[in-house]
Amino acid sequence: MRRWIDLRSAARVWQRNLWVYRDRWYYGLLPNFFEPLFYLLGLGVGLGYYVSSGGQFGQDYLTYIAPGLVAASAMNGASFETTYNVFVKLHFGRLYDAMVTTRVNMEDVAMGEWWWAVTRSLIYGGIFLLITLFFDTPLTWRLLLAVPAVALVGYCFSAIGLAFTSVIHIIDVFSYYFTLFITPSFLFSGIFFPVQERFPAALVWVAQATPLYRAVQLVRGIVNGQWQGVGFDVAYLLVVGTVLGVFAVWRMERRVIR
Amino acid sequence: MPSPEAVVEVRDLVKRYGDVRAVDGVSFEVRRGEFFGMLGPNGAGKSTAMRMIYQVTPRTSGELQVLGMAAGERARSIKERLGVVPQMDNLDEELRVIDNLLIYARFNGIGRVRARQRAEELLAFADLGDKRRAMVDELSGGMKRRLTLARGLMNDPEIVVLDEPTTGLDPQVRLNLWTKLEELNAQGKTLMMSTHYMDEAERLCDRLVIMDRGRIIAEGAPQELIRTHLPPFVVEARAEMGEGRGLEGAATRLGLAAVRSGDRVSVFVGDPDAALASLREQGWRLERAFVRPANLEDVFLKLTGRALRE
Repeated sequence: MRRWIDLRSAARVWQRNLWVYRDRWYYGLLPNFFEPLFYLLGLGVGLGYYVSSGGQFGQDYLTYIAPGLVAASAMNGASFETTYNVFVKLHFGRLYDAMVTTRVNMEDVAMGEWWWAVTRSLIYGGIFLLITLFFDTPLTWRLLLAVPAVALVGYCFSAIGLAFTSVIHIIDVFSYYFTLFITPSFLFSGIFFPVQERFPAALVWVAQATPLYRAVQLVRGIVNGQWQGVGFDVAYLLVVGTVLGVFAVWRMERRVIR
Repeated sequence: MPSPEAVVEVRDLVKRYGDVRAVDGVSFEVRRGEFFGMLGPNGAGKSTAMRMIYQVTPRTSGELQVLGMAAGERARSIKERLGVVPQMDNLDEELRVIDNLLIYARFNGIGRVRARQRAEELLAFADLGDKRRAMVDELSGGMKRRLTLARGLMNDPEIVVLDEPTTGLDPQVRLNLWTKLEELNAQGKTLMMSTHYMDEAERLCDRLVIMDRGRIIAEGAPQELIRTHLPPFVVEARAEMGEGRGLEGAATRLGLAAVRSGDRVSVFVGDPDAALASLREQGWRLERAFVRPANLEDVFLKLTGRALRE
């Protein structure tokens, strides 16, 4: 069968998700406010007091971790959407089987889900960014640039999540994804400490090759106005996202159309 | 008189999954305006054939045209003009009843205003007018089925494809759905239905194919199929314990076709009274014997030696 993605059809799959969200956003949205609040209070204000007094950082610890946490929350938004949510629609709801009996093809469905996950990560990351403003993040025009950066982080992690979901057959396998990929990414991608100072050289290289490390560098670079390396981070996230995203769209088509 | 236009044309269609030939070279056509049926047991290949027709399963080989368009190549255009009611309800449980209909219109590229209007018409048709704001899991089984049917009609399709539409429904609910389907057919829609219920096929279908093991084993109008393959009546007789085989033999010796299941023997006859008299003359009492018209189930039994549902 021909595999041209119809953007209008993909947009309607996105719209379907928006309708579901529209009916119940108030359940899902509130945690999106509390999560950053708790992180910034607990780690930034609380732990940060002791860390900053040691003088390891050129800036307040809270200000150091905030941009990284923004990137991480975009990652989380994208990950939940493309793992559990997509898996359930694929296997239990048989929702996609129903969608593809219309003008919509499976490639459009996968693309629409991808866009939707980017939207969700933009909501997560965007709110986080907003909350940081109440914690002494300097208000500059650069914060506007952080918004597309958050979307790019969502783009990359949605593609990774979709690619993973498109190859597994058992829902329990997601615990590996979160425990062995998302959690270590969160802890060792330079959000809380500069890995190059604490890790042995061999592991530094590994940490720096992970998508979240690049995402943290990107958002932090933009917020602090340190532009060196930003171009590389953008390219990295774009390439990884596109390659895995295309793979995921292809795989998901093969899962449903058989 | 020219024969009506064929809206589905299937030639030597094959679907293979590994070594399994789910559909093993079938050919048939569906004509505009008719109620076409595919009758056969589970695993006969009906669903797979239908999925190929509604463009969600690629074919292994063979030719397939729907509404004059080549399958696969023009999948989107074909799907836009088909209505599909799948075997299992796969309604969107996260959306309300009305939104289930509206989003389907959107999927098919229908504008907002037209979609609203169509949704209202179909809510009325499906007797779901007072359920429009309900969530799907608040609906009964019959309501879900009607909503699935309504959803398949949102794009005002030229052909409605129904895959075992009444499997698992209560008799009352089935009857209700049949009426809806007859109504649609009367409005001029082409309907194509698979089923493993012979009563459903016999009541609804103008013409049908009987499928078994991926192949078509008979084709025609229900009554014509029965006439072609069987005498018009069946004597259902129960022999005394352990005497079934003997009764079957007796019928066969009289030159009658008979099928036995335990001590129950079905004898296919042209003249039931004469047959019963002959058997009784030979000493069979047949107290609880009764006569019924032959049906499609019997045709399947005769052609395959197996019952439709076992």
